Amino acid sequence: MIARLFEGVPRRGVALLSVLLVVLLAAPWMANDYLLTVLIIILYSAYTGQAWNVMMGFAGQLSLGHAIYVGLGGYAAAALYVHFGLGPWIGLAAAIAIAVACGAVIGFLAFRFGVGGVYFAILTIAFAEFARIGFDHFGWVGGSSGFFLPVANYTRNDLWNLRGNPTMFYYVMLALTVAAFGLCHVLLRSRVGYYWQAIREDEVAARSLGINTFRYKMYAVVISAGMTAVAGVFFAFYYNNLFPEQVFHISRSIELILGPIIGGIGTLFGPLIGAFLLTGLSESMQEILTALGLDAPGAKQVFYGLCLLVVVMALPEGVWPWLAGKLGVTVRRS
Amino acid sequence: MARRQARRDGAAIMSALLSIDAVSKRFRGLLAVDNVSFRVAQGSIFAVIGPNGAGKTTLFNIIAGMSAPDRGSIAFAGERIEGLTPDEICRRGIGRTFQLVRPFPALSVEDNVAIGAMLHRHDPALARRRAHEVLKQLDLFGKRHQPASALTLPDRKRLEVARALATDPKLLLLDEVMAGLRPAETDRMVSVLTTLNRETGLTILLIEHVMRAVMALAARVLVLHHGAAIAEGAPEAVVREPAVVQSYLGAEAVD
Repeated sequence: MIARLFEGVPRRGVALLSVLLVVLLAAPWMANDYLLTVLIIILYSAYTGQAWNVMMGFAGQLSLGHAIYVGLGGYAAAALYVHFGLGPWIGLAAAIAIAVACGAVIGFLAFRFGVGGVYFAILTIAFAEFARIGFDHFGWVGGSSGFFLPVANYTRNDLWNLRGNPTMFYYVMLALTVAAFGLCHVLLRSRVGYYWQAIREDEVAARSLGINTFRYKMYAVVISAGMTAVAGVFFAFYYNNLFPEQVFHISRSIELILGPIIGGIGTLFGPLIGAFLLTGLSESMQEILTALGLDAPGAKQVFYGLCLLVVVMALPEGVWPWLAGKLGVTVRRS
Repeated sequence: MARRQARRDGAAIMSALLSIDAVSKRFRGLLAVDNVSFRVAQGSIFAVIGPNGAGKTTLFNIIAGMSAPDRGSIAFAGERIEGLTPDEICRRGIGRTFQLVRPFPALSVEDNVAIGAMLHRHDPALARRRAHEVLKQLDLFGKRHQPASALTLPDRKRLEVARALATDPKLLLLDEVMAGLRPAETDRMVSVLTTLNRETGLTILLIEHVMRAVMALAARVLVLHHGAAIAEGAPEAVVREPAVVQSYLGAEAVD
């Protein structure tokens, strides 16, 4: 079983992956609080990028409104915690269920009525905007003035209630990222993964091979939505506050997809590489600017734009396919 | 729901795998398919020929589930299939190729074919094994690791056939697979199809312009003109009928 998971992966690839995992596991002993926070943000965007990649990278369905699943997940778990005292792990189930239902509605409307391509993307934006405006007026969870969780007590780590220090949050996010990576790896190598790729490449041809494209596109949306909602729960318990204007905002949806685009759409490592590059470089640039005593608001956004420009022009497939070739870890199947 | 109205049709003749019965399709003022009927016998190779615009592709699309006929019925293996969706048609055992080839460009040749094989093999490893068999039959085994986008047109035509074959169809619909092939490549394709028909009993319905291939392959030929069937029979007899010569072949084609 384990051997089959790594079938076709060069030995050097397995070795590099192990080294990366060990480094990530050991990071809290080497990193200061600031660096740990940056790493949490990196893993968070790697995870959400991975979730988005299931829909766009694997199945070819462009979502520009993925913030809706983050927001719904976060609000669901936070509301259960604040109003009913139910912990985040129960909240997680509710978050996934709500996001899956929402994804199923969007997917059903789009795929049943033949809404595809750009129009599908616009539909996803529309739903995220509905949610943003709706939650602005949803008094039960604070409306536009925000929803707050009781602030964490750092004296001891409470994994059951997700209350604790950054190291605990770091390991939770690392576990989620590894799990998402493993799940995507298994999905991509199973029948559903191949069917998604067939739909992405040519939906008409896919149907002629007996693939029920409606059903498989629904699977992609629902799995992607459910995975993204998990990140929402993390977001709520890590930041302890939720504002509709922030969590559901379209800029959040865009930020979420930049990592996989830069890293390589449809690849397993793309979201991870993209998150490291974008967050890592923008944070270090921020540090340099601060050290130089320069105050440049919006520099991060300009930097994101430049990164995107360079990658689209120089490596339109993303960084990972190129990097994999350089490292000699391209997967070959016999 | 009309799409799901397929039901058992006890009247179907046992030896006919596919029965087209009085099928018509109109596009606004144009009667693209006009009351066409024919039967494709189990294990046979049947060709539909005719000039451009004769309605061949429309008829093909109706059989393959891309569009529903306005009138008439289609029975496959004793069951009504008109109006079913393309994926349902495929799951019932009809594989098809596209005249303008539609490979999955970014995927390898092997993955293209393996995806076809996954219809009846949920384990990708088994599907891959089946893909290897089909790739060998179609002379594509040596190119299995190339992305489909890197193939030449003749190879893409072969890939279309390989992918459809991998779904283990009872009936294979071929939409001008010979178009654009050189004579030697046509002969190779003809021999592959003949072998498949003889060794596995695969029934083949082809729409074809290349008469060289039609004459070599088909036991029966149907000629369409302006949407209507103007002749049907053995290829040698059909190509000598005056109506066929006049409307389609031209006198010099008969030699």
